[in-house]
Amino acid sequence: MDLTKLKAILEPYKGQKGSLIAVLQKTQEVYGYLPEEALREIAKELGTTANEVYGVASFYAQFRFKPQGKNVVKVCEGTACHVRGSHRLLESVQDYLHIQPGEITPDGVFGVERVACVGCCALAPVMIINEDVHAGMTPVEAKKILTDIEKSEKTQVK
Amino acid sequence: MEFEKLQQQSMAEWKELQSSKKPRILIGTGTCGRAAGSLKTLEAIKNELKRLNIDAIVTEVGCIGLCYTEPIVDIIKPGQPRIAYGKVTPEVAVKLIQDYLAGDNPHPELALGTVGEGTIPGIPKMSEHPMLKPQVRISLRNCGNIDPKDIKQYIASGGYSGFAKALQMAPDDVIAELKKSGLRGRGGAGFSAGMKWELCRKAPGDVKYVICNFDEGDPGAFMNRLLLEGDPHSLLEGLLIGGHAIGASKGYIYCRAEKPLAIERLDFAIKQMHEYGLLGDNILGSKMSFDIEVKKGAGAFVCGEETALMASIEGKRGMPRSRPPFPAVSGLWGKPTNINNVETWANSAIILQKGGAWFAGFGTEKSKGTKTFALAGKITRTGLIEVPMGMPLRTIINDIGGGPVGGRKFKAVQTGGPSGGCLPASKLDLPVDYESLAEAGAIVGSGGMVVADEDTCMVDLARFFLSFVQHESCGKCVPCRVGTRQMLKILERITNGKGKPEDIAQLENLAKTIKAGSLCALGGTAPNPVLTTLRYFKDEYEAHINDKRCPAHSCKALIEYAIVPQKCEGCMICMRQCPASAIKGGKRLIHIIDQSKCTKCGTCMEVCPERFGAVVKLSGEKMDIPSEPIPVIVKNKAAAAKAE
Repeated sequence: MDLTKLKAILEPYKGQKGSLIAVLQKTQEVYGYLPEEALREIAKELGTTANEVYGVASFYAQFRFKPQGKNVVKVCEGTACHVRGSHRLLESVQDYLHIQPGEITPDGVFGVERVACVGCCALAPVMIINEDVHAGMTPVEAKKILTDIEKSEKTQVK
Repeated sequence: MEFEKLQQQSMAEWKELQSSKKPRILIGTGTCGRAAGSLKTLEAIKNELKRLNIDAIVTEVGCIGLCYTEPIVDIIKPGQPRIAYGKVTPEVAVKLIQDYLAGDNPHPELALGTVGEGTIPGIPKMSEHPMLKPQVRISLRNCGNIDPKDIKQYIASGGYSGFAKALQMAPDDVIAELKKSGLRGRGGAGFSAGMKWELCRKAPGDVKYVICNFDEGDPGAFMNRLLLEGDPHSLLEGLLIGGHAIGASKGYIYCRAEKPLAIERLDFAIKQMHEYGLLGDNILGSKMSFDIEVKKGAGAFVCGEETALMASIEGKRGMPRSRPPFPAVSGLWGKPTNINNVETWANSAIILQKGGAWFAGFGTEKSKGTKTFALAGKITRTGLIEVPMGMPLRTIINDIGGGPVGGRKFKAVQTGGPSGGCLPASKLDLPVDYESLAEAGAIVGSGGMVVADEDTCMVDLARFFLSFVQHESCGKCVPCRVGTRQMLKILERITNGKGKPEDIAQLENLAKTIKAGSLCALGGTAPNPVLTTLRYFKDEYEAHINDKRCPAHSCKALIEYAIVPQKCEGCMICMRQCPASAIKGGKRLIHIIDQSKCTKCGTCMEVCPERFGAVVKLSGEKMDIPSEPIPVIVKNKAAAAKAE
């Protein structure tokens, strides 16, 4: 894999204490996830062990070790969303895409994730697709949105 | 530049803006507003103004907290009062521009109210709005009123004058002023902010740090996000004051990564502070040097705990450690450190601006000032509010929030997130302050308030919180890691209809152990939602365990969906939409759900036309259902003709 981008990320952080999390965040931004090779390189450059780096990366929910789907569907599971039916929302998304949270569809078009709370509690339940927050979702509504994305993805392919 | 000059200049610019000959439009584009579509509305506004060749000043502002009626747009026509409109879709925005800005119809039927001076016939005053009237907005005073990306608008509204004043005072006097205000930590623990500052000031050491805790990880809470999106400088001013009083040269803001807009606003605001000489060396011509760094968290609830938060800033796994030593003595990188929550820092800024005695004039004897709360869940008017401490829960839920959605019956309010508790209707007269809520088994916490109605299962809500803390437990200490897992297992068993009579005693026993033995507050408070639901809603636990029944019709394993024969009109909508093909029926035949195929997804209930309302949930109730589809029961000819 191409590590030149990683080298550029690491440059300003060399010798700076407490920079590991920021480095991991930038790496994930660029590569979409944290490949093993990148983790080893980070350890080498920051003068620590791969064990230490993986320990930190695996502690935080934000970091992934597998590539993400093209469209990331996040279903919020905060308290407000929960009492307004987020579990049914998540089930319907899972049923529709035939994948579990943390997985991606075979064609790589969708990935599903659960998030703890995005702070849009007043508009619960919410579903976030990429950066767009969809408020006041119902299972039927959610399926419609997913169908629309699917259609537009197909036309793009053509 | 001298601060007085900067202040005068800012005020002059603000005044000029207020008396502008151009019409002004304010639009709330906080996260809630955006989720409700405010960016599309903004685009429509800009396009329509261009099309009609109207030269107007459009400003993106933070949210005023009436989230239920977002997107909110305020229009100020020169010489006219400011009018706030709710639920402004792009179509409504275009209509308002055409009819009010280009014409003279203010559309009173679409208005929420007029803001500030002046009145318009047919439009009430915004200050009389039921959600706003009982509020006292101190920390939220600027949200929705000023441009969060313009430091001068903050300064014109009195901003940074608290810091300028503090700079002229001895650090001990600043702390004395804070103590006089009676301010207690707004992150949940409620420790005296003045005393905390003093401990850190007195701790030996040349290098000290101040930290703002913006991890806001409680599910159901968004007070800090909204404040930072609408008025980031109020927190930053507080940090500066703290830096001076405590003798710190660096401040950190630890942010929850899931709140990107707030972080964007903070980054921008910090840049502006540098431009205006409010950060860096020799701030405002003084000897003070201070810098602020934004640290993005990476998603771990436990990092809201102060020792875990510091470990995370240091780039490590965010695991708490035992105290003492307290952070005031040995905190970030072993140096004396003071950590406060966003609201506490923002409050200290206004306290220095207006005086400790002024702040202490609000609230109760032991809980001074105001507190922001996030109203969510099954409540009519969801949003963010700020009220004086000591206001009864009833006023907050019924008057401000408008009671449960659709006039349903109130069951409980959950305060303080996973560390808090559920309070029943009999506790609604409780004043909301630190002591009263603690006595009832709940906490003020950081300010989340989630309302549950009769459709919310309290056992399931307790299970939800336990599964949350279980998932977020860092794993360092056994009582939390293993204890919460065992509690969760029992709760899952109960909600799945497999509970045993001894489970309740077992839960209580585990709760006691976890509370006593956990290393940090996350574990120590984790059993609270279970303990309060056991205290106030034991009958629901018993119904699940003994009768295998969920009184709220919420637990999937204990309910069945059924079609009421007398109500079904045989329209076939549910039959077509059922993803499991579990519904038998036909045109004008009563539909029947085959329970062996039903996955209980609830689609039938969602799609059944509201006027029929034929799908219900059963849990223990009996209903006579025909074994095969039979013709619908005709109520009257008119209805039958309509259905044809």
